[in-house]
Amino acid sequence: MKQRNRILLTVAVLLAMLTVAGCKKKTVAPPASEEAPPGTSIQTPTAQITATPAVVSAGDQVVLSWKTTDATSVSIDGIGDVPTSGVKTVTPTESTSYHLLARGPGGSADATARVTLNAPPAVVVPTTTVSTEEEFKANVQDAFFDYDTYDIRGDAQATLARDASWLASHPDIKVVIGGYCDERGSNEYNLALGQNRADAAKNALLTAGVAATRIRVISYGKEKPFCSESTEECWQQNRRAGFTLDR
Amino acid sequence: MKMHSLKKHRIHSLVACLLVMLAASQLKAQDWVHTGTNLGADRIRIAAADFKPVGADPQVPALKATFDATLYSDLASAGIFDVVSKSLAPQATPGSPQEMNLAQWSQAPANATMVAFGSLSSDNGRLSVLGWLFDLRNTTTPQVLGKQYNEAASQDMARTIAHRFADEIILRLGGGINGIAETKIYFVSTRTGSKEIWVMDYDGQNQHAVTHLGTTALSPRVSPDNSRLAFSALGPEGWSIRMYSLELNRMVAFPAGIAGGSNFSPAWSADGSKIAFSSARTGDSEIWVADASGANPRRLTTFRGPDVAPTWNPRTNAQLAWVSGRTGEPQVYTMEQDGSNVQRITDSGYAVSPSWSPNGQLLAFSWNRKYGPGDPGGVDIHVIDIASKNYIQLTHESGSNDYPFWAPDNRHIVFERTIGGHTQIWSMLADGTEQHQLTHTGNNYMPDWSWK
Repeated sequence: MKQRNRILLTVAVLLAMLTVAGCKKKTVAPPASEEAPPGTSIQTPTAQITATPAVVSAGDQVVLSWKTTDATSVSIDGIGDVPTSGVKTVTPTESTSYHLLARGPGGSADATARVTLNAPPAVVVPTTTVSTEEEFKANVQDAFFDYDTYDIRGDAQATLARDASWLASHPDIKVVIGGYCDERGSNEYNLALGQNRADAAKNALLTAGVAATRIRVISYGKEKPFCSESTEECWQQNRRAGFTLDR
Repeated sequence: MKMHSLKKHRIHSLVACLLVMLAASQLKAQDWVHTGTNLGADRIRIAAADFKPVGADPQVPALKATFDATLYSDLASAGIFDVVSKSLAPQATPGSPQEMNLAQWSQAPANATMVAFGSLSSDNGRLSVLGWLFDLRNTTTPQVLGKQYNEAASQDMARTIAHRFADEIILRLGGGINGIAETKIYFVSTRTGSKEIWVMDYDGQNQHAVTHLGTTALSPRVSPDNSRLAFSALGPEGWSIRMYSLELNRMVAFPAGIAGGSNFSPAWSADGSKIAFSSARTGDSEIWVADASGANPRRLTTFRGPDVAPTWNPRTNAQLAWVSGRTGEPQVYTMEQDGSNVQRITDSGYAVSPSWSPNGQLLAFSWNRKYGPGDPGGVDIHVIDIASKNYIQLTHESGSNDYPFWAPDNRHIVFERTIGGHTQIWSMLADGTEQHQLTHTGNNYMPDWSWK
């Protein structure tokens, strides 16, 4: 109770102070608003900004040009405080909206110039494919193995269960399971071992109800390693059943 | 033909010596075994005289230099000779039996018991070589061999004629076993950016690419008659056994080697009628056999786990050795060609890449006897006597060694050695001595010695 009383008292005092302050500033203009009556001596700021050209390729320069009226401080997002009017050259790295905010005694105004960056031609890929690929990568994780074995260990079991459930909800997607091994031992034996790893992962998906017709396996043995250092970390990276979209 | 004669001949003294060593001792893991081929069995001391240049053809000096160097090198690496060094040999170049002074070669410092000599001439683009082998202890009828060769005049043919003459000498003095100077070694090389199949002469000369597939080609195995080359290659649908005709110089079909996208490590039977390989077409890798035409694939093994790298017993043509991971780390096993009578050969460690010796008694393979996580150990070439299971270690403390393959003379083994991330092809005598590096460019793997 004591605590609450103290808070109430503080609030009351603050309110009183605000009221007093408000009274003192009575001669000052009321806060700017759209409904400000015309003819008032203090004008609401205005702002304009343009970007030329509005469509560019990566690395191209863009000229920003802006002017304001009745503003005391002007800033552009991403650039910071700028003079009340001016010209600036920028090199956008992605499509950007240059948002200008002008503040003055009469209020504030903002303006926006949009610059669109053309995607490089090489990346002209149907958006649906890109998103499927990304979604696949985000949801279908690789399974990792212990040295010289193809037994599905606990963490891989959980991974493969998640993989299977995502594949169950995406029945149009087909996968290739690659079998990979670390650098130790013979190429030929590792090709057979990688085959067993890929087949073990495939069997886990089959058990979870994924149709066999949706799965292909290829052993890469130690022919296509993910990394090439002779460390246990790297060897672990290379002992896996890796998933890719089958097109 | 050649294999037929191989079957008949007696065990060579080197192998006999090796087997004595095997039987004599229970070898410990760290033993360094020195089984020189000149221990226990006398090596023949042979001299190779520089051949006499005949005629004024400007090509002769260069052809003669190549011929002399090649003949000397062939005899020196044959494994059965103690070759008189050029510095101890007489300066004489007898070009015919009439010019041969026996005593000059049999006395100190040469102390030879055999001498090879002759003449070399070139005329109108033809290279002509006359060669003799004389037994210096038989002063009345010293001639053992007299040969005449006539080929197009080129460096290649100068080398080839020297190889032929050396092989004649080796056949005559080496217990009836054909020499290997005319054999080839197929291998995998990364020199063009991807793993392709290459070939070279047995001494490392004349290296060139066979395939240009631009994918990953592995495990080359040439047919016993040198007409076809089997290997495995990665394609869009996985690994197939592929076949290259060395007569047509193009790929030919091998239908049995496609199914399942997981076909590795082909191996020819000694009669050239069958190919064994590893395939996971049933969902688990097993050893399969198909006709050489690519028809009639049939399964030999039924073991859960990797089964790979078959090799036929080239003497009986009725057994195979291979690598199986059914007990964990890979071990070498043998079986009959119908899949019966499975015998485990190695008892521990990581044992891979068996190659069956031409005389049928030995397996060469790569073995890490103390292999395991955190203990890289030594990966070395070993030879095991199949009957007694006694073994000797051939490579010691020199890189990581894999893919041994026997030469048809039963005296030599070719293998790959990796040092500091670089893999090269080496050859050695079957007792581990006289190790020579054959490749020096790019990375080179999986050598396969031709059958003849």
